[in-house]
Amino acid sequence: MYEFEFEKPSTVAEAVAALADEDAQALGGGQTLIPTLKQRLAMPSKLVSLSSIPQLKELSDNGGMLTIGGAVTHAEVAAAAADSYPALADLASHIGDPAVRNRGTIGGSLANNDPAACYPAAALGSGATIVTSTREITADDYFRGLFETALNEGEIITAVRFPVPEKANYQKFLQPASRFALVGVFVAKYAAGVRVAVTGASEEGVFRWHEAEAALDTSFAPDALDGLSVDAGGMIGDMHGTKEYRAHLVGVMTKRAVAAAG
Amino acid sequence: MAKVSMTVNGKAASGDVEGRTLLSSFLREQLGLTGTHVGCDTSQCGACVVHVDGKAVKACTMLALEAEGAEVATIEGQANADGSLNTIQQAFQDHHGLQCGFCTPGMVMSAAALLKDNPKPTEAEVRDYLEGNLCRCTGYHNIVKAIMAASGQDVSSIAAE
Repeated sequence: MYEFEFEKPSTVAEAVAALADEDAQALGGGQTLIPTLKQRLAMPSKLVSLSSIPQLKELSDNGGMLTIGGAVTHAEVAAAAADSYPALADLASHIGDPAVRNRGTIGGSLANNDPAACYPAAALGSGATIVTSTREITADDYFRGLFETALNEGEIITAVRFPVPEKANYQKFLQPASRFALVGVFVAKYAAGVRVAVTGASEEGVFRWHEAEAALDTSFAPDALDGLSVDAGGMIGDMHGTKEYRAHLVGVMTKRAVAAAG
Repeated sequence: MAKVSMTVNGKAASGDVEGRTLLSSFLREQLGLTGTHVGCDTSQCGACVVHVDGKAVKACTMLALEAEGAEVATIEGQANADGSLNTIQQAFQDHHGLQCGFCTPGMVMSAAALLKDNPKPTEAEVRDYLEGNLCRCTGYHNIVKAIMAASGQDVSSIAAE
């Protein structure tokens, strides 16, 4: 790692002030950032830890709306959401491995927006709201492509608000070496309609499969998806799977998610 | 440099570290607790697993300054007060759960974290929990068996040593 300064503020305002310095970088759980720094792929002047800000550790469930602080770990979400939003808890309980889940945070995952990460699918599939140090951003406006989000420099995710659906499920086709999704599909059924969010597959990062949503609005059953497919053209093709294979998996995992959601 | 203080295996420990000093480096190089192994340094292998405030974490993927004020437990603190092996360690010996031993500190610390939350895990739950701990010798079989035995479960039906 290159040398950097380290600060651990205790309020969001202090963190925002510390992040105003040029090349300062927020540190969530560090499960992606620290390996990145070790490889010298980033050279921040300063790391601002978000681990000691009580506001970011808050979790609340207000009758159908689950609010999760930005610094809440995957393991904490897995435990806290088990009753209120089981599909989200299940997703959180399968990120990485147990030690990673004890450090990695929801805010860190969403700020990084890895194209194969699980949480972006949950946020987009739930129509979540990303609450930051300055504003609120709908998930539909938040994700902007590979590792790209609507966040500005120095803007911190303070919380994520998930409307709890009638039913939901996340199906992850595991890339076993990385523990990321080769393809992951989050399906959630709301009174206002079904949302289908796909991670791991597209060269543009997480996306909604609108055609599947429309079909599932008509009939929330796996066979409603018969004959539908995503275009292989925009899919990721790499040593782990071709574009065509990923496009096929999107259909398979969506059907499985609908079946499992019941 | 900044001063960091924490409790390691029940004793107060402190030292001067850089912002970039990893918890694994602090434990090994400044406290001399070299039982925490660094296998890959890329957070894949889990040989460096320690407990921070009771939770298993990869010490190579946490900054030492992030453990300020924390209760840290390492493999050096796992033996019984009289120096004998604790239940998990003894089970690893009894069931041949290690060969070269490099991954063992992380395996034992992960097993301890699992059994604290889930005292009677199924074999599948043990294997799932060890997802982040790599062993290149044993094929995992006897590690899983040792952890099942340490949980007080009958392992006679689990295949050969």
